[in-house]
Amino acid sequence: MLWIPDVDQKPFSISFDDGKTFGLTVFKRGPLTEKLFELNLGDRVGITGPFGTSYSIKPDYHYYMVAGGYGAAPLGNLAERINGAKIDFIVGARSHDLLLFEDRLKKIPNLNLHITTDDGSAGTKGRVTDVLEKLLENQNDDKRILVTCGPELMQTAVLALANKYDTKCEVSVERHMKCGFGVCGQCVVDDLGICTCMDGPVMSRTIANQIFELGKYHRDKTGNIIKF
Amino acid sequence: MLNTTFLNKQFKNPIVLASGILGVTGAGLANIIKIGAGGVTTKSISLEPREGHKNPVMMGNDHFFLNAVGLSNPGIENALPEIAKLRSLTDAPIIGSIFAGTAEEFGVVAEKICTGPIDFLEVDISCPNVGAEFGRPFAYSTEAVETITKIVKTKSTVPVIMKLSPNAWNIAEIAKAAESAGADAITAINTAAGMMIDIESRQPVLSNKVGGVSGPALFPIALKCVYDIYKAVKIPIIGTGGITTGRDGIAMIMAGATLLGVGSAMYYNKGTCFSKITAEMEEFMKAENITSLEEIRGTAH
Ligand SMILES: Cc1cc2nc3c(=O)[nH]c(=O)nc-3n(C[C@H](O)[C@H](O)[C@H](O)COP(=O)(O)OP(=O)(O)OC[C@H]3O[C@@H](n4cnc5c(N)ncnc54)[C@H](O)[C@@H]3O)c2cc1C
Ligand SMILES: Cc1cc2nc3c(=O)[nH]c(=O)nc-3n(C[C@H](O)[C@H](O)[C@H](O)COP(=O)(O)O)c2cc1C
Ligand code: FES
Repeated sequence: MLWIPDVDQKPFSISFDDGKTFGLTVFKRGPLTEKLFELNLGDRVGITGPFGTSYSIKPDYHYYMVAGGYGAAPLGNLAERINGAKIDFIVGARSHDLLLFEDRLKKIPNLNLHITTDDGSAGTKGRVTDVLEKLLENQNDDKRILVTCGPELMQTAVLALANKYDTKCEVSVERHMKCGFGVCGQCVVDDLGICTCMDGPVMSRTIANQIFELGKYHRDKTGNIIKF
Repeated sequence: MLNTTFLNKQFKNPIVLASGILGVTGAGLANIIKIGAGGVTTKSISLEPREGHKNPVMMGNDHFFLNAVGLSNPGIENALPEIAKLRSLTDAPIIGSIFAGTAEEFGVVAEKICTGPIDFLEVDISCPNVGAEFGRPFAYSTEAVETITKIVKTKSTVPVIMKLSPNAWNIAEIAKAAESAGADAITAINTAAGMMIDIESRQPVLSNKVGGVSGPALFPIALKCVYDIYKAVKIPIIGTGGITTGRDGIAMIMAGATLLGVGSAMYYNKGTCFSKITAEMEEFMKAENITSLEEIRGTAH
């Protein structure tokens, strides 16, 4: 969690980690992130954590990584940390200028980069899941795993493909978080009643399939239901 | 061995989840029963939705837990479906918790929550974190407690439990006032006022600056409150505050509690916090040849 005193504190994924330093990838959105963009080199922020689960590291598997938006951050970090695994990395954005980490990802050995944009300004025009399905149809490997992070509806589409092709899968379930350590109950999902801050955000296909609300609704700060 | 009867209702064990911990959704509360609690209390619910304070709203260390959530909740209309959901997922006793800004409003929320499948109604008159907004917490005044208890009693269709604050200097007097106004039970205690300062940023950690202390540091304070209240009233007590071990639970029963409210233990021992306490209580009872909690209730007096 990243804290700016008097402003707010919110969860962020670790985007880069070399054991000595780590980095976050932050989209400018509201009060906290706007304030963050105003800070200068050397200014301090509060950091707590890390909290929750992370993606499995299985170097003998073929990874299909599907990223949208800042989802490229944790998956970029994962791709750099898995030594030797074969990776197909599918990254989608609305347009070329919003695409993250193109150069960073190209440097990773054994990584095949597939780009999609909504407007066709880079890579294939269309959706990441179209590219994913083609790969799954045409490649025949016995040990494969889909990992995804990004907008929830994109992730539920990836989960549906994992179910269709009976493939291992890990999704990242983001809910509004207050404490980050399993006390406030703000981030609990229906009907399992487990916390996405501790038992997530990364969840297996088996668990994700039992989360009734996935792709349907989430909750605001009051605990009230908001439909996607 | 740990079976407990509280106001004619059976609990498989005396541990109930305290209000405000993991109590946002019906499914979240049902999960608490699955992992070992005998009953659950909902997060305190108000008439209108509330977002609560900005983050950070809580922090913990080995000795204490501190929070100022600001009573965030979806409002009674949106909370009722969650309580219905909870009922569909568990048979365990449900305590509905409410709070309000005026005595009349307590009556309105009480009436509304009683349309849902709750077994008991807990009335939070003691939250220290919204004082400025609502004026002095009602829990400091015997008159306020009497007025609120009477109104809620006329509107409620289930037994009424008044939740008291250790910040009141005369908690036993307050408990007596609640009893004489018709309360069926007492929950003691809510958090004690406190704060923490982050020394790097030189600022209070909580966005609300001050908050409520719970967890291990609260235990001896809660124990004395329950001890004093047990002497003063005949109605049963839900002893709450800093219970994290079976020994804490047994001591609280010896002070006079019937049920044990447990919240912050979730921070210290996560999902095993309830089963750990019940297992340790049973272990102690076996070693000491105690066959029921009735045998040791109030024995410290
Ligand atoms: C597990 C987890 C990991 C996260 N990792 C990252 C990360 O690596 N990088 C990053 O930039 N953010 C990440 N977030 C989101 C982040 O925590 C904040 O919610 C976000 O930065 C907005 O904060 P804010 O206070 O600036 O804006 P707010 O005032 O909270 O938001 C401004 C607007 O953006 C909308 N919004 C906020 N969050 C999201 C969201 N997640 N998706 C869609 N709309 C949203 C709000 O509804 C609001 O309309 C993560 C969230 C979770 C739960
Ligand atoms: C995060 C948090 C939120 C709380 N919210 C409420 C609440 O909404 N209503 C209430 O009556 N008490 C609330 N409390 C107080 C607890 O119910 C309990 O009385 C107190 O924490 C002492 O018990 P513990 O040490 O086992 O946590 C809250 C406590 C915590 C830690
Ligand atoms: S954010 Fe508080 S329980 Fe998950």
